[in-house]
Amino acid sequence: EFRRFSLERSKPGKFEEFYGLLQHVHKIPNVDVLVGYTDIHGDLLPINNDDNYHKAVSTANPLLRIFIQRKEDADYSAFGTDTLTRKKNVLSNVLRTDNHKKKPHIVISMPQDFRPVSSIIDVDILPETHRRVRLYKYGTDKPLGFYIRDGSSVRVTPHGLEKVPGIFISRLVPGGLAQSTGLLAVNDEVLEVNGIEVSGKSLDQVTDMMIANSRNLIITVRPANQRNNVVRNSRTSGSSGQSTESSLPSSTPNILGSLLQGEEESDEEDIVIEDSGEPQQIPKAAPTSESIESLSQIELLHESTQNGFLPSSEMNSSHSAGSISMEYEVPDPGHKSLEEDGTIITL
Amino acid sequence: SQTVEHGFPHQPSALGYSPFLRLMAIGTRSGAIKLYGAPGVEFMGLHEENNTVMQIHFIPDQCQLVTLLDDNSLHLWSLRQHGGASELREEHRFTLKGPPGSPPSATQITAVLPHSSRDALYLGTESGSIFVVEVPSLQVLEDRTITSEAVLQRIPEDNCNRRSCELVEALREHPKNPDQILIGYSRGLIVLWDLQNNKVTHHFLGSQQLENLYWQRDGSKFISCHYDGSYTQWPVSSDNRQPEPLENTVPYGPFPCKAISKIYWQTTKNGLPYIIFQGGMPRASYGDRHSISVIHGSQQTAFDFTSRVIDFFIIFSSEPAAEFDDPSAMVVLAEEELVVIDLKTAGWPAVHPPYLASLHCSAITCSHHVSNIPLKLWERIISAGSKQNIHYSTMPWPIDGGTNIAPDPPQRDLLLTGHEDGTVRFWDASGVCLHLLYKLSTVRVFLTDADPNDNMNTLGEDEWPPLRKVGTFDPYSDDPRLGIQKIYLCKYSGYLAVAGTAGQVLVMELNDEDAEHTVDHAEADLLQDQEGYRWKGHEKLKTRDGPVRFEAGFQPFVLVQCQPPAVVTSLALHSEWKLVAFGTSHGFGLFDHQQKRLVFVKCTLHPSDQLALEGPLSRVKSLKKSLRQSFRRIRRSRVSSRKRRVGGGNASEVQEANAKFDQDALQEMELAPVQRKIEARSAEDSFTGFVRTLYFADTFLRDSSRHCPSLWAGTNGGTVYAFCLRVPPAERRMDEPVRAEQAKEIQLMHRAPVVGILVLDGRSTPLPEPLEVAHDLSKSPDMQGSHQLLVVSEEQFKVFTLPKVSSKLKLKLTALEGCRVRKVTVANFGSCKTDDYSENDLAVLTNLGDIQIISLPFLKLQIRYPCIRKEDVSGIASCVFTKYGQGFYLISPSEFERFSLSTKWLVEPRCIVDMPEVTSNNHVHNNSGVENAARKSRGPGKNSGDHGEDERKSGRLMEHALLNDEKVLKEIQSTLEGGR
Repeated sequence: EFRRFSLERSKPGKFEEFYGLLQHVHKIPNVDVLVGYTDIHGDLLPINNDDNYHKAVSTANPLLRIFIQRKEDADYSAFGTDTLTRKKNVLSNVLRTDNHKKKPHIVISMPQDFRPVSSIIDVDILPETHRRVRLYKYGTDKPLGFYIRDGSSVRVTPHGLEKVPGIFISRLVPGGLAQSTGLLAVNDEVLEVNGIEVSGKSLDQVTDMMIANSRNLIITVRPANQRNNVVRNSRTSGSSGQSTESSLPSSTPNILGSLLQGEEESDEEDIVIEDSGEPQQIPKAAPTSESIESLSQIELLHESTQNGFLPSSEMNSSHSAGSISMEYEVPDPGHKSLEEDGTIITL
Repeated sequence: SQTVEHGFPHQPSALGYSPFLRLMAIGTRSGAIKLYGAPGVEFMGLHEENNTVMQIHFIPDQCQLVTLLDDNSLHLWSLRQHGGASELREEHRFTLKGPPGSPPSATQITAVLPHSSRDALYLGTESGSIFVVEVPSLQVLEDRTITSEAVLQRIPEDNCNRRSCELVEALREHPKNPDQILIGYSRGLIVLWDLQNNKVTHHFLGSQQLENLYWQRDGSKFISCHYDGSYTQWPVSSDNRQPEPLENTVPYGPFPCKAISKIYWQTTKNGLPYIIFQGGMPRASYGDRHSISVIHGSQQTAFDFTSRVIDFFIIFSSEPAAEFDDPSAMVVLAEEELVVIDLKTAGWPAVHPPYLASLHCSAITCSHHVSNIPLKLWERIISAGSKQNIHYSTMPWPIDGGTNIAPDPPQRDLLLTGHEDGTVRFWDASGVCLHLLYKLSTVRVFLTDADPNDNMNTLGEDEWPPLRKVGTFDPYSDDPRLGIQKIYLCKYSGYLAVAGTAGQVLVMELNDEDAEHTVDHAEADLLQDQEGYRWKGHEKLKTRDGPVRFEAGFQPFVLVQCQPPAVVTSLALHSEWKLVAFGTSHGFGLFDHQQKRLVFVKCTLHPSDQLALEGPLSRVKSLKKSLRQSFRRIRRSRVSSRKRRVGGGNASEVQEANAKFDQDALQEMELAPVQRKIEARSAEDSFTGFVRTLYFADTFLRDSSRHCPSLWAGTNGGTVYAFCLRVPPAERRMDEPVRAEQAKEIQLMHRAPVVGILVLDGRSTPLPEPLEVAHDLSKSPDMQGSHQLLVVSEEQFKVFTLPKVSSKLKLKLTALEGCRVRKVTVANFGSCKTDDYSENDLAVLTNLGDIQIISLPFLKLQIRYPCIRKEDVSGIASCVFTKYGQGFYLISPSEFERFSLSTKWLVEPRCIVDMPEVTSNNHVHNNSGVENAARKSRGPGKNSGDHGEDERKSGRLMEHALLNDEKVLKEIQSTLEGGR
C-alpha cells in the first residue's frame, strides 16, 4: 500500500509520534513494523530513533520515500550502504515478502539478542589510518588468541622520517577471538591499549596491560593492510560515523574515557562466597552517579557503533537492559569453575 | 636514595693498603673502588670506564691513591673534606703514551711504584722501560725514563741479552735509601738502580722466572720469589756489585711446585722472621689450592682458602724508629671473602671482620627484616652469637683509619637471611656495617648424608703441607632441600618460624643455654586424600629420632612437614595465639604450636593443575634432559660430518649440505621473533593454587558486632580464603582445641596472584602486629569503626568493606602502566621535622624495578622512583622493605644495596679521614727514613697552603673524638706530643 502525507520539515516531532502516525495512516495500530527510507545515495536506511528520523526528514527533497515492513517478515539484509544499487530494485525486494513467491524465511533473532564479540569503535574520532577494536572476551569460551612482538615503524617527525620501535601483532591463533573477528591481522601495529599509548613501553609491559584488560580489551591499531579503511567523505555519507558526528558533536571525544569508566565499573565483579555457600557478585559499596552516567554513555555508544540500527525506543530500552544483564552474566564462567571445584561449595 | 652497599664486593680484583691512613682499598672487575677503615668508615668510587681495577696504590703519606685499570689507564683519587665529611673523588686520569709507532706493549703498565717522595710514580712496562710520572699532575717526566738500554749498559753481556730486560715484574724502593730502587724483570734479572746517578749499582742474576720482590726492613737483603715455587735471598752490600744468592729454597719441594706470586719477609724481636708467601704448593697434589703460607721458626701453616686469592698484605709496625717489623695481622682478599689472621696470638686465629661480610657464604634464598628490636632480645641474640664466635681472635680490628661521624643508629634492626644450606644468619642492620650477630642452623633436626662429625680441619700431625681451611665461604650445599624459603620472627616473644624447600616448617624459641630435647613432629597432608595425584618432586627430609642437642640460641621445638613436600611459599606466625600458618603450591595449613596439633589444612589445588602436583623438580629434570639431548645431537652431527668428510669423495657436497642446513637453522631463528601470547587468565592455568600470602587478623569477619581471630590466604589464581578462628582464652589454652571454619572466599575476576592481604581498622590504620599492643608499642586498633580489607594482587589494589565484602576502591596498576607488583609492604613514614607526625603508606616494588608509594586507605599514587634495573630480576626478587621506609636488595650474590624512601630514617656512611700527623716533621714513613731530609727541604713551600686547613680539620676531629672514643683520644695525644 502506498500512502502520501505531509510533514512540517521545520518541526518533524519525535520518532515515536512519527511511528504512531505511520501506524495510523496504514491502519495497523498493533503491528510492529520496521521503518526505512532511501537517502540521497539510494541506500535504504532505518528510521528507529529521533536522530535518524530527523536526519531522514532533513534529506527530503522535497519527497521522502519511506518503506515499512512488518517486523516478523522483515529482511534486515535490505538495509545498509549500497543496498539499493546492489539489489537493483529495493522496492521489489521489499515488496517481495508480500508476494506469492515467499521464500523459506530463516528466522534469526534481533541483533540485541546476540552478544557482541567485537566491534570497531570511535571511527569518528580516529584518523582514517587507525582502527580501534574492542574484543569482548567475556561470555565466550574462545581464547583471545593472538601474539605480539617488537618491531619498528617509520614516523614522520619534525626531523624527518624516523624509525621508532613499535609493538606489532605477530600471530593469530586459528579459531581464536582475534582471528574470528577479522578486525586484527598479523603485522598490525598496536598503538594503544584501552586508551593508553604503548609507545615507550616494553613488549612485556604491553603484554601485561593487555592481559590485565583481557576481559574488555580495546586495541587501537594501524592496520598493515590499509585498503579496508573506513573512508569518510561526504559522498558516501549515511554511515553511522557521519550521523553520530552530526548528532553528537560535543560528546564524542569523551566517549572512550567514559567507556573505560563504565567498563571499569562493570567488567569484573569479584565473587564472594559467604559461609552460606552461595557464590555472589560482590556489590559496589557506594553506587555513584558516575555509574548511571556511564550506563547512558554506553547506550549512546551502542547507537553509534551498531551501524545506526536500533529497532525502536522500546527496543532501545530493552537493549540497554540486555547490556546490563549481559554484564551481570560476566561471572558465569567463574561461577561454573567454582562449582566444579567440589570443595568450595560443600562448605 | 641509595645509601650504602653492605656485604662483600662482587668480583674483587685488586687490593691496596695504606699503613699511614690505616685504610684498605678494594677494586672490582666492574671498576668500583671501595675504601674501608674503622667500622663505619667507608668510601666508594666508580670509574667511568667500568673496566677491571688491576692495581691500587696509595701515595705514601697522602690521602691519595692511584688505580690502574685493565685499559692501561691510571686514575688518581683523593679523599677531600666537604661539608664536614670526607669524600672520595677522582682527580685525574692518565694513559701512558709511547713514542709514535711503538707497539702497545711498550706502554702496557705491569708494575707501579709510588715513590716515598710523594711526587713521582714509577711505572714498569711490558717493554722493560720504566716511566716516571709526576704526582698529582700525572705528567710524564721524559728525562727520567729508565730504558732497558740504560740498564743493560752496566751488565756484562755474557750474562744477559736484550730479552732479559723485557717486562718489569716488580719495582721496590729501598727501605732506607729512597734514591735506590730495585727493578725485577720477568726473566729473572734483578738490578738495583740509582736514581741520583741514573745507573745500575748492583745486578742479581736469577735463573728462574721472577714473580715478585720484597726488601728486608734494614735494606741489607731482599728476597725474590719465582715461578717454580722457590724463593731466594740476596745480600745487598756496597762491596759486591754482583752478589750470589744467599739461600734458595723451594718450601714445598722436591716435586714441581706452583709459582710463589708474592712474598713478605718480616723481622721480629726474637730474631725468627715471618716468611709469608702466596702459592708455591706442589703442582700435582695441591695445585688447585688457594693458599698462603706463614712460616715462623718451626711453625708453619698453609692457610687454605675456598676461593682464589686476589691479593694480601701484612699489617706491621710502621713506626720508622722501630727496629723490627713485628707483624700483627695478615689481611687476605680472596675472590669471595676477606680473611684476617691474627699473627700475634698463638695458633694464628682468624679475626672476625666488622664489615665486608660474605653474605653469600651459602647462597641467599630469602631475607626478612625486623625493625626496632627490643633491647632484651637483641642482647640475647648477641650472647648466643658470641658463644659461636669463641674460635675467633679477640684482637681489635686492625684496619682502623678514619673516624665515623655518622649519628648512632636510631634503633636496632635485624636483617635475617635464609641460605641454601639450611642456615639463617642474623645481621645487625642498624648501621652502615652489616655485621653478623648469630648464625642458626636447622640442619641438626634432619638426617642428611653428610656426617656432622666430618671435620675438615682435623688434620693429622704428619700432614704435609700443613693446610688449614680458613674463611666461611662454602657454596656447596649438602642437600638443596634444606634451603630456607621463608622466615618470620616475632620480636616480642622471641618465637621464630622458618620454612624450607622440602615443605618443612620449624617453630623455634630462644633459649640462652644449650639444651637437648626432642623436636615434636607433625605432618600436614595438604592434598587431603584427593586421589590420583603423584608427586614427582623431591622426597621429604628424614628427621632425626630422639633428643637432639642444640646450642644456645634459637632452638626448634616443633617441626611440621607438608605433604607433598613442596617448597613452602608463604608463612605467618601469630605469637599471641601461638599459631603458625604455612602454604605451598598445594594448599595451606594452620598449626597450633602450643598444643602441638594441626588445626586444619585446605587444599587450593585446581584438579587440572598437573604441573603443581608433580613438583618443580620434574620440570627441571626434563629441561636438563632436553638440554643434554640437544647437546648430544650437536656433538653427534659434528662427529658424523667430520667422519663423512674424511671418508667420502663427495666431501664438498656434504659440506654444502651442512652449510645449507646451518643457514636454514639460522633463518628459522630469525623468523621466530620474541613474541608474547595475549591470553586471559583462566581458572585452569597452572599454579593457581600456589599460596602466595598468609595473614592473621583480629577483625569483623562474620558480623559487625563481634570480631574474632581470622586467617587469610591468597593464591596465585586470585582467590582469597578467610577462616574464622576460635582460640581458647589463655587459662584454657591447653584444654580446648583451636577451631577454624571457612567464612569467606573471594575470587578476584582478574585472577592475578594475590601478593598481599591487610586489614585496616576503624581509623584506616593497619592492624598492629601480634603482641605489639601488649608491649605498649602500638595503640590498640580501633574496633568501633568499620574495618576494611585491602587485597593486593600483582595487578590491582582493592579495598573491600568488612564484614560484608563489597568493593569500595581500587587501583588498577597493570592496566594503566603495564607493571606488576612484586613486593608490597606497609611502611611508616615519619617527618624529619616533627616527631608527632607519621603516616602509613604502601611501599610497592614493581617488576620494572620502580618503587611506588601508594597512600592508605585511598590508594592514591604518591610518588614513584626508579630503583632497580628491570633486567635485574634477582635484585627485584631479593628486595625487602623495612617497616620505616628503608629497603635492601641484592646487587650481586654477595652485596645488599640499602635504600631509603624516608627522610627520617637514613643510614649512610659519614666519616672523616684526616692525615695523621701531617704537619709533624719527625714522623717518617716506614720506608722513607733517609729521604726525610730531602722531603723537608721540598715540603714546606708546597704544603703551607693546606697547613692551616689541616689544623682546623684536626681541631674538629678532636672535638668529636673527645666526645666519643678513648682510643682516638690517645691518638690525638700522641699527635700533640709528636708535634712538640
